[in-house]
Amino acid sequence: MFGFSRPQTIAFLAMLALIIVCPYVLYPVFLMRVLCAALFACAFNLMIGYVGLLSFGHAAFFGMGGYVAAWTMKTWHVDASIAIILGGLTGGLLGLCLGFLAIRRSGIYFAMITLALAQMVYFFCLEAPFTGGEDGIQQVPRGWLFGFIDLSNDMTMYWVVAAVFVGGFLTIHRIIHSPFGQVLKGIRENEPRATSLGYRTDDYKLIAFVLSTALTGIAGGTKALVFGIATLTDVHSSTSGEIVLTTLLGGLGTVFGPALGAVVMTSMENYLAQFGAWVTVTQGAIFMICVLAFRRGIIGEIGHFLKLRL
Amino acid sequence: MIMIFGIPGPLLFGQLLLGLINGAFYAMLSLGLAVIFGMLNIINFAHGALFMMGAFVSWMLLNYIGIGYFPSLILAPILVGIFGIFLERTIISRLYKLDHLYGLLLTFGLSLVIEGLFRNGYGSSGMPYRIPAMLQGATDLGFMFMPNYRGWVVLAAAVVCLATWAIIEKTSLGATLRAATENAPLVQAFGVNVPRLITLTYGGGVALAAFAGVLAAPIYSVNPNMGSNFINTVFAVVVIGGMGSILGSIVTGFGLGVIEGLTKVFYPQASATVVFVVMVIVLLTRPRGLFGKAA
Amino acid sequence: MTISRRTLLASATASASVLPLARARAQTPTLKIGVLNDQSGPYTNTGGLTSVICAKQALEDFGVSAKGMNVEIVAADHQNKPDLAISIVRQWFDRDGVDVLLDVPTSSVALAVQSVVREKNKVYLNSGAASSALTGEQCSPNFIHWTYDTYMLAKSTGGAMVKAGGDSWYFLTADYAFGKQLQSDTTDLVKAAGGSVKGASLYPFPGTTDFSSFLVQAQSSGAKVIGLANAGGDTVNSIKQINEFGINKSMKVAALLMFITDVHALGLDVAAGLNLTESFYWDLNDRTRAFTDRVRAKTPKNWPNMVHAGCYSATLHYLKAAHDMGAAEAKKDGVATVNRMKAMPVEDDCFGKTRIREDGRNLTPAFLFEVKKPSESKGPWDYFKPVIATAGEDVYRPLASGRCPLIKA
Repeated sequence: MFGFSRPQTIAFLAMLALIIVCPYVLYPVFLMRVLCAALFACAFNLMIGYVGLLSFGHAAFFGMGGYVAAWTMKTWHVDASIAIILGGLTGGLLGLCLGFLAIRRSGIYFAMITLALAQMVYFFCLEAPFTGGEDGIQQVPRGWLFGFIDLSNDMTMYWVVAAVFVGGFLTIHRIIHSPFGQVLKGIRENEPRATSLGYRTDDYKLIAFVLSTALTGIAGGTKALVFGIATLTDVHSSTSGEIVLTTLLGGLGTVFGPALGAVVMTSMENYLAQFGAWVTVTQGAIFMICVLAFRRGIIGEIGHFLKLRL
Repeated sequence: MIMIFGIPGPLLFGQLLLGLINGAFYAMLSLGLAVIFGMLNIINFAHGALFMMGAFVSWMLLNYIGIGYFPSLILAPILVGIFGIFLERTIISRLYKLDHLYGLLLTFGLSLVIEGLFRNGYGSSGMPYRIPAMLQGATDLGFMFMPNYRGWVVLAAAVVCLATWAIIEKTSLGATLRAATENAPLVQAFGVNVPRLITLTYGGGVALAAFAGVLAAPIYSVNPNMGSNFINTVFAVVVIGGMGSILGSIVTGFGLGVIEGLTKVFYPQASATVVFVVMVIVLLTRPRGLFGKAA
Repeated sequence: MTISRRTLLASATASASVLPLARARAQTPTLKIGVLNDQSGPYTNTGGLTSVICAKQALEDFGVSAKGMNVEIVAADHQNKPDLAISIVRQWFDRDGVDVLLDVPTSSVALAVQSVVREKNKVYLNSGAASSALTGEQCSPNFIHWTYDTYMLAKSTGGAMVKAGGDSWYFLTADYAFGKQLQSDTTDLVKAAGGSVKGASLYPFPGTTDFSSFLVQAQSSGAKVIGLANAGGDTVNSIKQINEFGINKSMKVAALLMFITDVHALGLDVAAGLNLTESFYWDLNDRTRAFTDRVRAKTPKNWPNMVHAGCYSATLHYLKAAHDMGAAEAKKDGVATVNRMKAMPVEDDCFGKTRIREDGRNLTPAFLFEVKKPSESKGPWDYFKPVIATAGEDVYRPLASGRCPLIKA
């Protein structure tokens, strides 16, 4: 029903199995971090992989989603589901406003204008009183889901995050394989032709942008709940850069690539933390190797080798 | 005392002048970027790291072999330029046929590696570098106290920018370069070694960054992060000026320095953001930048 | 009880894990100290690996193995990201059996992990962060602020400058929590001492490299003192430019947070004459020199500053308390360990004798230093001459005005 091919179904089931087994082997809080990053990367991939537009400002939506979720949780004590949804709505609305301006440009100019707009959002977050400036919004309670599930337990929270991720993942997959998604791909391949066929390409691109940013906002909101904190780091341009690298590492335009990229990137950040300054050197070297030798990304190369679309 | 917008006139003139000085750095850095983008079609994210290397090499020349400021103003750009040529030959040249994105990502990775290595070797607090004795002291301009070294920076930057512009726009070498970017096979057919030309161009762009780095060393501390502080702004300058436009990046560099300087008086918190506001406005009204050619 | 349930769960997952945690179940439990600081960013030299080396030195000086204790030190880079820090700290506590969190510079990160330590009932010894809120509104029974804070810096540096005639101030402030707090703490003290504040420039942080515009504004304000409410590379850059514009000729410069490592980066010809406060200097007395001799060979390029000394002192005192109450007890209950540490008098080579207050404030002495002229410096890292020493009891914020919820009048 989601338009999976047979190998993709197998891969999807394998991913589900991993999501279920991993928390019993690995540390759940780390896994939640991975899942949030994975959803973020998948949402980002919707733009770069299927519309062909590189956004350099996705951190704005991720961070704002986090701020709104954290603020509503802490101040209004809303249900966790509401907080996450509000995070998504924030991402979507902000995406609508910024996308409306940015979508008129393409290529490197689109990247630059999204970067510039995101810098303004960063400035807003730095100066606005409700974000807590550099300290961020701290000690956000995880609260309750649907009023009766206590999320303060790491394992319970994990299943919620896993559900959000799988839901988001399937949504994106559904979007791509809908007629709407087909038009998007048509625009990516040849925009003038899509226009001449009577599609209002700017509207399509804007809708895709809003969907992508809304899902990004959900990812940001979920992350804020997991860690109980929303900070400037998530709005910063380096986060925008990281997500580009994550997606590239996994494989642009592949279904499973961004998620795997998030696994690799987050693990690097986590497990290399003890090596201090060598982290950036290692990361930099991996990107260079990736661009030079594995341009399709990890999943892209595997798919190419197996002659499958993953 | 004359008051302009509630600010004493002399203070405002002083701020304009300081903005111009900062603009000199933006102009030199974005000039190098523009040259590289125009000729190689690569968005050189490593530019900030190479700028930092320029400063570090001049520090090393002074502390390891005792070569002073003025010789290293020539030597450091040459050394870093050679390093750039090495990079271009070994890695960057593999990406010419690909989308901009890959060049950007590769050079981003490159800058992480370079900065990380320097951080491992020299820590992050920075290294002291003295202003050369000849340029110490300051001159009273009436409306402000102008350090001689800053005056020298503007002068040197203006000369280098003009010279680069003249080489590319007015000499036969420049004409060949421009022709090569338009139609490489044709120029090659005339017997010009185009790949070598491109390599040298990259080396030249890198040398410009390193030159700016040497100029910056006595003002800012020589530290591994000094380039990454600049790089976002410099990208904005290139985009606003029109990607690949030589004149555009020079004019915009100085212009944005002034705008930033004024913001520092009226609303200092926003002084890092104002360039991006300008960039959005320019991109929305003139998609190819102020001096970019129409598509 | 959510806490006990979670602890149960954590130990259940831990025993099921592939990590070699079996050792921790041995007869004398292994105590683990986790050093969390910036190892790749702007504060690498003020904390970084030298903090780890100093903590290890404390293990050696205490003679842990001779006393039959098992103590391990782990370290990680938090990259100044609060969310990454929380993630590392949770993993340390839940999976890796870490008992003590040490150093943690950068105020936003230091505040972010505070609640995690409290939730897991561990020990948190902060040496690197400056915010005085850590022992104020954000204080915690699991926490000791070891080395310095914004209030103490403001009081020592600011107070002395006002006394010396610098009664009107202009601030150059990094636009984030730490910078603003340092500015407001200093403003309070300057005003209390009868001085005035003529203005302030809040500049974007991070990312500002050129301060000339703000310096010219400071100069034209007519203030006598320029107060630098910033840290690390920003301080270094602003002082360089103060020198360049000759502002130090007409104004006094107060570097409100500056370490010897920053002076090293500036060079004495630029830094000479600056006033700054640290609670430790390697050349203060025979004991500090002896300590420095012990660690210097391990960190030749980066001599210890007060943050590093604080890591040593805090680790040493923790070991004493843990030895006193037994490793098993110390591992079990963070609050009890911190209470034991508060009850015991602190003494070591770095800070001499100090006392830990109920709100978690370690009352280290504050030394106002003046940076030497190049001609006065006799050897490597011979940078400071002491001007005034203030006892710890007098230089920190009075207990009553901290609004720490732990203190019930």
